Amino acid sequence: MASKKPDKEMIHIHVMGKTYEVPAGLTIMDAMEYAGYRFTRGAGCRSGFCGACSTVYRHEGDYRLQFALACQETAQDGMYLVQLPFTPAPRAEYDIEKINPKENVLLQYYPEIARCVSCNTCTKACPQDIQVMDYIQAALRGDIAKTAELSFDCIQCGLCSMRCPADIKHYHMAQMARRIYGRYMSPVPQHLEDRLQEIAEGKFDAELDRLVSMSRKELEEAYAARVREEAPAESEKSE
Amino acid sequence: MKELEKLTYFPGCTLKDTARDFEISGMAVMEALGYVLEELERWNCCGTVFSLTDDDLMHQVAPVRDLLRAQEAGSEEIITLCSMCYGTLKRTSHFVNGNQERLDKLNAFMDKEIDYEGKVSVHHLLEVLRDRIGWEKIEERMTNPLEGLNVAPFYGCTLLRPQEIAIDDTDAPSVLQDLTTALWATPVDYPYAVECCGAYQVVDHREVIVERTHRILSAARRAGADVVIASCPLCHHNLRDTQKELIRTIPDYEEMPIIYFTQLMALAYGVEAGKIPTSLKAKIKHLQTVKGEG
Repeated sequence: MASKKPDKEMIHIHVMGKTYEVPAGLTIMDAMEYAGYRFTRGAGCRSGFCGACSTVYRHEGDYRLQFALACQETAQDGMYLVQLPFTPAPRAEYDIEKINPKENVLLQYYPEIARCVSCNTCTKACPQDIQVMDYIQAALRGDIAKTAELSFDCIQCGLCSMRCPADIKHYHMAQMARRIYGRYMSPVPQHLEDRLQEIAEGKFDAELDRLVSMSRKELEEAYAARVREEAPAESEKSE
Repeated sequence: MKELEKLTYFPGCTLKDTARDFEISGMAVMEALGYVLEELERWNCCGTVFSLTDDDLMHQVAPVRDLLRAQEAGSEEIITLCSMCYGTLKRTSHFVNGNQERLDKLNAFMDKEIDYEGKVSVHHLLEVLRDRIGWEKIEERMTNPLEGLNVAPFYGCTLLRPQEIAIDDTDAPSVLQDLTTALWATPVDYPYAVECCGAYQVVDHREVIVERTHRILSAARRAGADVVIASCPLCHHNLRDTQKELIRTIPDYEEMPIIYFTQLMALAYGVEAGKIPTSLKAKIKHLQTVKGEG
């Protein structure tokens, strides 16, 4: 007879007024699913990248509201949970090719950034630990490069904009800043330009045509006989 | 070469945008005088307009954060060039420094930050020029004296009002005139040096600004001014922008060049001055040629 396994440690979570017992160590999302909830919205990649599962919670006895991605934060005993549906936020329409990337372009498309009073609520809400207020302030003074740099890790979960008392749409504005930076300000990699030029001039057309016209057998032989990069010497291998 | 002395510098948004010439010329003249304006690594908009409500601390959060940034940078002071930022930050420092109740409330709100201790003081660049460097040294460093140039100072409001933050006598200030004299130019006396330009009325009541600009610049012209110097980007904008309307609508209206005081210094120092109106450049060239021939 196999001995009975010790009980897995269980915790209590509160979801919309009801208390559930769930195993310790689950993410908020898994814990809620364990409790019987099914996510049709507010769930995506489950890996912390897509920004779909922004969530708010509170610890018992703490007045502060906390913010996280439900697929990343571990559920803890006594948490009050609720999953947020998608909240719509207006996004400016523009043609990146026709924009004039001067200092006040962000203010022009997102004039509400001028309502920022530096309360920093956006930064506190960010599950990516981005200095959100600082990039809004950089945008306000026309520093597009800094806005793009500071907001680089944004996954567009929208918690900043849900919390902002000035109704700023931080993440959409920052995306515009990064697009402008990419289109007009970041240095152009010359090797990429050169290669694109070679492709346009047909440098690789003959080679591609040859590959396309080969039989499966010929392709297999060519693959087996390909020139391989030399394996790095033992001493150069990373540990 | 002697190492430059560092000043903790708060630029403000406008100096990064429409008033670039102010910053460019300010940096250049301070370097010529042996100082470097070291910009705070992090800063936010000062709030622009000082909140007059006693009990609403929310609107002090922005300027207090800037004071905190200076504290974080290990500095006990902030230097500004923009008069508006000076006014807001200085009034805020008076409002919170030494008032423990307000500091406690603001620090409690600004959690996730270190506490602002209430020790950072705010100074305008004109104070640094007058009180730390001195007119003598400023004169000494000059390479292109502006002899014969008549300069009308325009103080605007926020350097001088309210009285407790004034950098000079509220009614009869002299710092801009003294600077002018140090550069061998001639300050002109006219009645509107401490007048309000009309400030944000420009948004809803543009005609108010046009009328004021006309009055201010005409008086400066009658007093013989070749140029008006300012220290506030909003005064600069209002005077310069609405003057375009005067040029368009009044026959024979002669344009009055309006520049920042740091640009006047840069001209006298032969360093980067930013954009200078063509008519002023021509005037200075003419004066210097006449002097050369005389």
